[in-house]
Amino acid sequence: MAFLHYLASKLGGAAISLVMVVFSAFFLFRILGGDPVDALTRDVPTTPQERAALREKLGLDKPLSLQFVDYLKGVLTGDLGESYQYQQSVTSLIAERLPATVLLTGSALVLAASLGLWIGARAGWRHGSRFDKIQVGVSLTLWSAPTFWLGMLVIMVFARYLGLFPINGMIAPRTPPGFWPQTLDILHHLVLPVLTMTAVVYAQYVLVMRSSILDEMGNDYLVTARAKGLRDVQVRNRHAVPNALLPTVTLVFLQLGNVVGGAILTETVFSWPGLGLLAYQALRIPDLPLLQGTFLFFSTSVILANTAADIVYRFLDPRVRHA
Amino acid sequence: MTTTPSGPSAPAEPGAQLASARAVVWQRRKAALAAFWRDYRRQRAGVIGLVGLVLIVGLAVTAPVISDESGLDVTQAPGERLEAPSSRFLLGTDETGRSILLLTLWGSRISLVVGVTATLLAMGIGTLVGIAAGHFGGWFSGLLMRITDWFIVLPRLVLAIALAAVIGTRLPSITTVIIAIGITSWAGTARLIRAQTLAVEGRPYLERARALGAGHWHQMTRHVLPNVMPLVLASTTLEVASAVLAEATLAFLGFGDSGQVSWGTMLSRANSSGAITYGAWWYLLPPGFAILVVVLCFTLCGRALEAVFNPRLRGQI
Repeated sequence: MAFLHYLASKLGGAAISLVMVVFSAFFLFRILGGDPVDALTRDVPTTPQERAALREKLGLDKPLSLQFVDYLKGVLTGDLGESYQYQQSVTSLIAERLPATVLLTGSALVLAASLGLWIGARAGWRHGSRFDKIQVGVSLTLWSAPTFWLGMLVIMVFARYLGLFPINGMIAPRTPPGFWPQTLDILHHLVLPVLTMTAVVYAQYVLVMRSSILDEMGNDYLVTARAKGLRDVQVRNRHAVPNALLPTVTLVFLQLGNVVGGAILTETVFSWPGLGLLAYQALRIPDLPLLQGTFLFFSTSVILANTAADIVYRFLDPRVRHA
Repeated sequence: MTTTPSGPSAPAEPGAQLASARAVVWQRRKAALAAFWRDYRRQRAGVIGLVGLVLIVGLAVTAPVISDESGLDVTQAPGERLEAPSSRFLLGTDETGRSILLLTLWGSRISLVVGVTATLLAMGIGTLVGIAAGHFGGWFSGLLMRITDWFIVLPRLVLAIALAAVIGTRLPSITTVIIAIGITSWAGTARLIRAQTLAVEGRPYLERARALGAGHWHQMTRHVLPNVMPLVLASTTLEVASAVLAEATLAFLGFGDSGQVSWGTMLSRANSSGAITYGAWWYLLPPGFAILVVVLCFTLCGRALEAVFNPRLRGQI
């Protein structure tokens, strides 16, 4: 019963957040954004008649409340309008670009989380040691470096000077068809962007995990575990780490927004054809429908991921599970 | 000849009392400051960060004195395109032949000004929302925290990009960037301030103030705010770090003022002018390192301040 209550409150909160995203997108792009007709006809001389026809076609001649109803219908049915620069529906553009982003962020997240949590736990466990100081220093430095700059450095060192990896893109045009050559070429292109994204995300994970471990350090159950005669590694891995993981998981999901930011920058620097590059291409014009579409998509996915994390958290933590 | 004139001395007395009361307050403040400095000095990383910041701010402020601004003008660029470092140009030249050293020096000004201004905006909003949410409670507080949580969860860069793209057509680009950063980075502070306000609200002296008839405004400005100020200070310092990063990021994505040099616009130009494939490491390293060092210094100072104000954290950082 308590769980159902919890579930309802979390889902309700997520629903409110999603409604706020939908409203704010309308406010940002339709009210603050100015007249789309101006943006569409900027470089083309148009007569007032043509402008009026365009307004009617886009539904801009209706009162704002009716425009909002149209917009709402569009969002609910997955129709996010048409991109100015691609002359293609925003939904289909997002669907085309999604796999590349999932591949990049997915690999970077798995790498960063496993490496970051592992090192963070060890650094926190031996806090004050040289290992700890070096890890904290490295993490703070990586955290302070701009993502796009790291990417540019990585390109210069590994692609320009060492020539080990391609400079940008996802697949070379001359790659022979067939599953294996194509896959290998994509993986070859994937290495540098993943390295860049991992470096940035990893730093946050180390610092979060380290401070969670430090919070657990003084607790009685660790004394008990030691008194049982467990070795230090066992005390850490079987008692301290599981407890420290819980707050870490929450924080990691709260920082998902930063991961999205990192993806936009990494994809821009490496011309990785994903959603981040799409958002960048949209803001260069500015292509407002496309920008609105990526805004809606990114925000919705982050909110859904956070809600999922809240619910999974409930199952992970035995204290709240049985409450 | 009256040696002890009772007349003139009588009205002087309240003045003297006032002066001494003020002196007591000052003495107390001085002692608090000395104690704070003693604690801060123990944080070695914090001292390093502080020294770094003083140096960088000093260089940024004295840039017009120690260097010649005319070297920033593209039409008067003294060197060749993308010259490697030499004795004439210690850090080489950019794609228009300007000295990278000069650009990096002058770039600090925009980066710092935008970073600090955007932080002040964010801190203003965050403190206001946080104190209001902590003080008033009820549905109003619930609403404010709902909005705060929304801003925390949402991807900041995506929101900042959307905002900057939308308002950027009508405002100067520096104002755009400041507003975009300020509006997207107040939420963490608001949450922190609210928690601290709730803690302060429970203390007896606030009950006493309320019993004496203090209004909301008086309670907040005279009692709650001074108590949350230390936290605001620590959080401000950390926030400047991320605002400087955000400025560079937005400038890199093309929202910077192309007429003015900042570290972000330098990196943006390095990227678009093909300096990477040319192998011009001297164009890439200085602005990036400058950002890294400034952000790191602010972060170190912020963490040290947190450790001073929150003794529980001491020894952890």
